[in-house]
Amino acid sequence: MLAMFFWAFVVGGLICVIGQLLFDVAKLTPAHTLSLFVVIGAILDGVGLYEPFIDFAGAGATIPITSFGNSLVHGALQEAEQHGLIGVLTGMFEVTSSGISAAIVFGFIGALLFKPKG
Amino acid sequence: MLIGKQSWVFQNKPVILETGVTGGPFESNGALPEDFDLLYDDLWMAQDSYEKAHRLLMEKAVEIVLQKGNIQKEDIQFFLAGDLTNQITPTSFAARTNAIPYFGLYGACSTSMEGLALASFIVNYKGAHQVLTGASSHNAAAERQFRYPTEYGGQKPPTAQWTITGAGVALVARSEGLTGQFPYAVSATIGKVIDMGLKDPFNMGGAMAPAAVDTILAHFEDTGLTPDDYDLIVTGDLGEVGRETAYDLLQQQGCLMDKEKFQDCGLLIFKPDQPVLAGGSGAGCSAVVLYGHLLNEMKKGKYQKILVVATGALLSPLSVQQKDSIPCIAHAVAIEYGTVC
Amino acid sequence: MSKDQTAKQETYQKLQSKHELKRPVFKNCVKAFLVGGTFCLIGQAITYFYIYYFDFTEQTAGNPTVATMVFLSLLLTGFGVYDHIGQFAGAGSAVPVTGFGNSVISAAIEHRTEGLVLGVGGNIFKLAGSVILFGVFSAFVVALIKTIYLNIVGG
Repeated sequence: MLAMFFWAFVVGGLICVIGQLLFDVAKLTPAHTLSLFVVIGAILDGVGLYEPFIDFAGAGATIPITSFGNSLVHGALQEAEQHGLIGVLTGMFEVTSSGISAAIVFGFIGALLFKPKG
Repeated sequence: MLIGKQSWVFQNKPVILETGVTGGPFESNGALPEDFDLLYDDLWMAQDSYEKAHRLLMEKAVEIVLQKGNIQKEDIQFFLAGDLTNQITPTSFAARTNAIPYFGLYGACSTSMEGLALASFIVNYKGAHQVLTGASSHNAAAERQFRYPTEYGGQKPPTAQWTITGAGVALVARSEGLTGQFPYAVSATIGKVIDMGLKDPFNMGGAMAPAAVDTILAHFEDTGLTPDDYDLIVTGDLGEVGRETAYDLLQQQGCLMDKEKFQDCGLLIFKPDQPVLAGGSGAGCSAVVLYGHLLNEMKKGKYQKILVVATGALLSPLSVQQKDSIPCIAHAVAIEYGTVC
Repeated sequence: MSKDQTAKQETYQKLQSKHELKRPVFKNCVKAFLVGGTFCLIGQAITYFYIYYFDFTEQTAGNPTVATMVFLSLLLTGFGVYDHIGQFAGAGSAVPVTGFGNSVISAAIEHRTEGLVLGVGGNIFKLAGSVILFGVFSAFVVALIKTIYLNIVGG
């Protein structure tokens, strides 16, 4: 268990370092960098590498935004296995709903409760 | 009168009779709080939106000028002002409140001197007896328009600048019949748009420096003066990066002066320990520093003749997304302190 | 743009880059590593919490964990803390899913002044839209390719 905490910290930290290098050296905007990360997550799950990555690094793989790409592909593939090609469209948000729905729901709540502080 | 290619000289000494300067929380914790007439301790100023607060800054600055000068709105012929917000709505709403015939101006952060040059010209040639001119900006309104929502965790690079929250307004009047000493406009040089191909919206100082240098050189060329004729040459908001670059460029072009003489409003307004990265910026920056601090210093006798060069970056969020570079402009007004009649 | 003008621009850009304050890349990377790692550490703790107290498995605990992290970013964003974390940590706060939450929540909070429908509704995905768009579209392409591939190989 302790080992998992260690790897979560290190792997998560390293993914962020790659992001920081894209910000500072490649001069990409956050939007470009994060979009790239999501796409990479999707591709990695497509070739079957993201799940073992999660087994190894735990939250170090599920917390960075790359995991969105992974869960979108996962959901799509699960449905496609059962229902064929159309499953690619119908299954996508089944697994990922928590991150995006949470953001939308809490975003709205935030807008009702909070004022920006500048 | 036109002198040289792009400058005016004002033989009738249009006087800066009164000023009104308002500011926000960062400015009240900054380097020049005593030079503000009114300071707000939060960005909302009891309004419903940042843009409405922005409007209030300008309205209050105008009110203060009228109060200090004991003048009625009806005695002012024109109001020349602008800000950074889309379609300069805060200034236009302030103009609706003060109901003075209005010229809305947009020169980004060079608006203050664009306004002062035009106001001085109008008064010099008796196109008006009294004219109000100014510029303003609001940090949160600028952030949400040009960059990101204010609570977004984006990381700004060290070349980025901090838009000031404040409004500076001046009453420019004819000198006939005035006894005593006043600051007055001597000449003005209108800048051309200069674009050196820089594209980074987080490094406006670097983009604006060539425009400042171009206008300064044009000023000396047109007037036949040199830096020695001024006690201070101060730019609007070049910040750390822009000031170093502009000074370097001026040296290269043979326009020599002590570094101490070449200052920047964006660097004067804040303390070094405030988290403002490369310095202050915004349409209000040059206005509040000139109409507050610098004129006060002139009245105290520290400077007798200064050249104020307000610099503007004429980009929009859309132009950046469309991969355009940043065109910039700088307008200069020379101000002297002394008797006018 | 004449050749002369482009040459002038190049000369100026060289001069300007001498004075341009450089980004402290190493320091930024260290900060990103520490803060990003910490967010993941917190995520790991939350994951175990859900596994042991709520009967989730290692596979299914990911969902409530992400939702909890986004709730955390609601608090940090709403109380005006996340923008300071962001300036300090850069990618360390942008890359974790809390950064995604912050981009949605900060946009929603900011545009309240334009009303709930047009302001909040119309602007909530201002920053996050790219991630959602590219995430969904790339997942679509990847899943499509893989499914077709599996059909060819399997069938």
